[in-house]
Amino acid sequence: MSAHRIQGATGDWEVVIGLEVHAQVTSNSKLFSGSATAFGAEPNTQVSLVDAAMPGMLPVPNRECIRQAVRTGMAIDAQINTWSRFDRKNYFYADLPQGYQISQLYHPLVGEGSLTIDADEKAGIPADKVIGIERIHVEQDAGKLMHDQHPTMSYVDLNRSGVALMEIVSRPDMASPAEAGAYLAKLRSILRYVGSCDGNMDQGSMRADVNVSVRRAGEELGTRTETKNVNSVRFVMQAIEHEASRQVDVLESGGKIVQETRLFDPTTGSTRSMRSKEDAHDYRYFPDPDLLPLVLDDAFLADCRASLPELPDAKRARYVGELGLSTYNAAVLTADVETARWFEALLEQAASAQNKQPADVAKQAANWLISEFFGALNKLGKGLENSPVSHAQAAELLALIGKGTISGSIAKQVLEIMLDTGDSPAAIVEREGLKQESDTGAIEARVDEILAANADKVAQYRDGKVALFGFFVGQTMKAMQGKANPQVVNEILKAKLG
Amino acid sequence: MTDITELGVAAIRDGVAGGTFSAIEVAEAFNANVAAAQDALNAFIVATPEKALAAAKTTDARRAAGEPLGPMAGVPIGMKDLFATAGVQTTAASHILEGFVPQYESTVSQKLWDAGAGMLGKLNLDQFAMGSSNETSHFGNVISPWKRPGSNAQLAPGGSSGGSSAAIAARLAPAATGTDTGGSIRQPAAFTGISGIKPTYGRCSRWGVVAFASSLDQAGAMARDVTDCAIMLEAMAGFDPKDSTSLDLPVPAWTAGLSANMKGKTVGIPKEYRVDGMPPEIDAIWEQGIAWLKDAGANVVEVSLPHTRYALPTYYIIAPAEASSNLARYDGVRYGLRDLPDGANLQDMYAATRAAGFGAEVKRRIMIGTYVLSAGFYDAYYTQAQKVRTLISQDFAKAFEQVDVLLTPTAPSAAFALGENVDDPLAMYLNDVFTVPASLAGLPAMSVPAGLDAQGLPLGLQIIGRPLDEQGVLNAGLAIERRAGFTAKPEKWW
Repeated sequence: MSAHRIQGATGDWEVVIGLEVHAQVTSNSKLFSGSATAFGAEPNTQVSLVDAAMPGMLPVPNRECIRQAVRTGMAIDAQINTWSRFDRKNYFYADLPQGYQISQLYHPLVGEGSLTIDADEKAGIPADKVIGIERIHVEQDAGKLMHDQHPTMSYVDLNRSGVALMEIVSRPDMASPAEAGAYLAKLRSILRYVGSCDGNMDQGSMRADVNVSVRRAGEELGTRTETKNVNSVRFVMQAIEHEASRQVDVLESGGKIVQETRLFDPTTGSTRSMRSKEDAHDYRYFPDPDLLPLVLDDAFLADCRASLPELPDAKRARYVGELGLSTYNAAVLTADVETARWFEALLEQAASAQNKQPADVAKQAANWLISEFFGALNKLGKGLENSPVSHAQAAELLALIGKGTISGSIAKQVLEIMLDTGDSPAAIVEREGLKQESDTGAIEARVDEILAANADKVAQYRDGKVALFGFFVGQTMKAMQGKANPQVVNEILKAKLG
Repeated sequence: MTDITELGVAAIRDGVAGGTFSAIEVAEAFNANVAAAQDALNAFIVATPEKALAAAKTTDARRAAGEPLGPMAGVPIGMKDLFATAGVQTTAASHILEGFVPQYESTVSQKLWDAGAGMLGKLNLDQFAMGSSNETSHFGNVISPWKRPGSNAQLAPGGSSGGSSAAIAARLAPAATGTDTGGSIRQPAAFTGISGIKPTYGRCSRWGVVAFASSLDQAGAMARDVTDCAIMLEAMAGFDPKDSTSLDLPVPAWTAGLSANMKGKTVGIPKEYRVDGMPPEIDAIWEQGIAWLKDAGANVVEVSLPHTRYALPTYYIIAPAEASSNLARYDGVRYGLRDLPDGANLQDMYAATRAAGFGAEVKRRIMIGTYVLSAGFYDAYYTQAQKVRTLISQDFAKAFEQVDVLLTPTAPSAAFALGENVDDPLAMYLNDVFTVPASLAGLPAMSVPAGLDAQGLPLGLQIIGRPLDEQGVLNAGLAIERRAGFTAKPEKWW
């Protein structure tokens, strides 16, 4: 097992990484008000009196946001704190109407948990690795400043003000950009399975603060920097790459790392200083006196637990164990909840169309989905979410293959037409006359013609040049316009060639 | 014909319902008193005679149509300018909110309008309810209608609900809302010879009330007698899902439950309230109160509330801490005052706006609150204060194992002259020494007028009850009221 190392001029360095992920909770309304939370609305159209912090307004916790955070905690096997409390984080900024953010410093809703990142030799992750998660707390998002609306003034959009966020704080358990990337991708996968966050990093529903430090192997932790608001897996990996090398350069040239907040610039892939610890705010955290402690009862917890779906690790194990899929295929199909859902719908319909058990068609369905369908969609620049072919139509296509009505190669043609027209595969097969010929008589007649026309090759075959078998198959299929059942062709040829 | 403005809530309501006079007549009479006294007493920041008349008109119309009338129907009241009133300027007596007109109505004021009350205007107060003399208002001092005999010195109406107390004592309103954070209903009631009750924390919704210290702020009723307080509080109280700290309990029928009979009740006299240097007159009125309650059938015992001496310092850590955060929203960005000097950046705007918009006492408390919450001091001040607050609550809980209500003086003195304490914040803060402990414990407490001091100024007695036992408090208050026979009123000089 080779750990990730940065080769400096003076020797090797280890990287230590922790992530604080801010994930927007999926809910119709904000954490403490009834305002809507839809992305992309006109500025200041989703703002209540509470969100604008009008005089005398009070926060009322939204139970759905709490429920989502608890379910998320359960999905990472975390301690759920049945008694938690909201604190105020005080600072002045124009995007923060109350002059404080309601968060949870002292008593977070969710305590210690973990998730496992999967071995990936190519990425330099030799074995599965458990990454500790210290806590999840819920807090309000701030509004947004718009600096491009007026030559001298900034405008404020409060649509995001008060939207519920989960802050998911990892332990400093990651040792390479790849591990951090895998952690973020796995966390995103779990959140999407649970349905507590849509994981749309490009819309800002998920963003990470990246804590990085470097040290000589086996030495004490170095001073860390925090790079704020990095909004994709790739950028997180780039930010770590850059930040770790920068720190090594500083240390090797005799400098010291300053504990500071940094910004990531996606255009250059580098980080730059935003503010140092000396300029850090004193947030004057204290329990929010407008809110009672949050106490969760057993019925609420039971409801949260009962509503949890099968999670990616369990699903992958089941695909391998019960459906007999390869580890690779199972991993591909379970990485994202929408893919898994699509696969399972396809599987169910394909099985029932063929009167079989799902396990009997699972391999066929998985192989087709991964090696045929994904590629075809990709060529069209589409994904499962906007696929022109429904899982019902795909199941029908699989059934046509399974029943021997069409061959695998004809199925490719059929799929092309399905993607093009949206028609059902049976109709296409009928219309285009693509039905596979399994009639022995018709095939035999063609085989006889071919053997007669190629007497020399038949002789060579019989003399031991068995590789010519493929030639005869090809000729037969060609004569049958590709519609002959390959198995039947094989059998007849074998019989006739002796 | 009797002067309508000499009547209280119950008498006005019953008079209107019975047709003795119309609600319009009532509103006109009080509107006239409000207008006539404004220059002298400065009790109102904004008068809203049209609101009082409109409500009266509705009541008269309902009565004419034979429709049922609410428990406050026909009663015009004053609204402390800490309650948001839709379409009517709401300032908390601050410059920073001057001109702010909310689009929303506080839950408490809405309940009162729903009960048939009308609004005479928005009452002056100490700025953001911070003060004990009504000298911190941006809109000028409220002047008490009371005077010392032979003196022209202007007296304090108490604070922070000083506009409310002055208006009721001067017959500008039969009743008014107050809010009480550390004594802001009870002390002004005592200073002006009226009654005022602060219910259990959570009884009245805080939604739409400009916040001072959220864990202490509680709205209550101020009126001329105990019955009127009961009627009004009943109309104000009730669960509000918009306030997470609101109590989800039905409102008891306090008015129907009123009884001055104290037989079988035990009254506790907390010995720690006998503070050094307390004027003999205060001690005497306290002894008188004890005698009255004994006369009403109560058993009186001495109790100990050992942490009483820490209540004031605890209060002056917790209340400013919460205030420093609650008042952060007044930043010039969205509403209220904005001071934007030439070339100012965001930080400059905050500083200029808040420097210009907040008065000295508000700034002082923001500074104290910011200090006690800051890194390195938080545990020594705020955490410690919270622990002491718990101990103070436990003192009360222990006492209430033994007694039904506690009797204390409301304030350590009668009304002082304006300007007397204004340069000495500590002396001013000491005014709250008897009222603050019940606030810290969230207990119901009221002040009732008990007599006059040698200078002819009113003195009040405070009754503190168990959590949710407003009835016990009101009943003890009624027992004292019956025996005190307090009828004194300020001689009209305005």
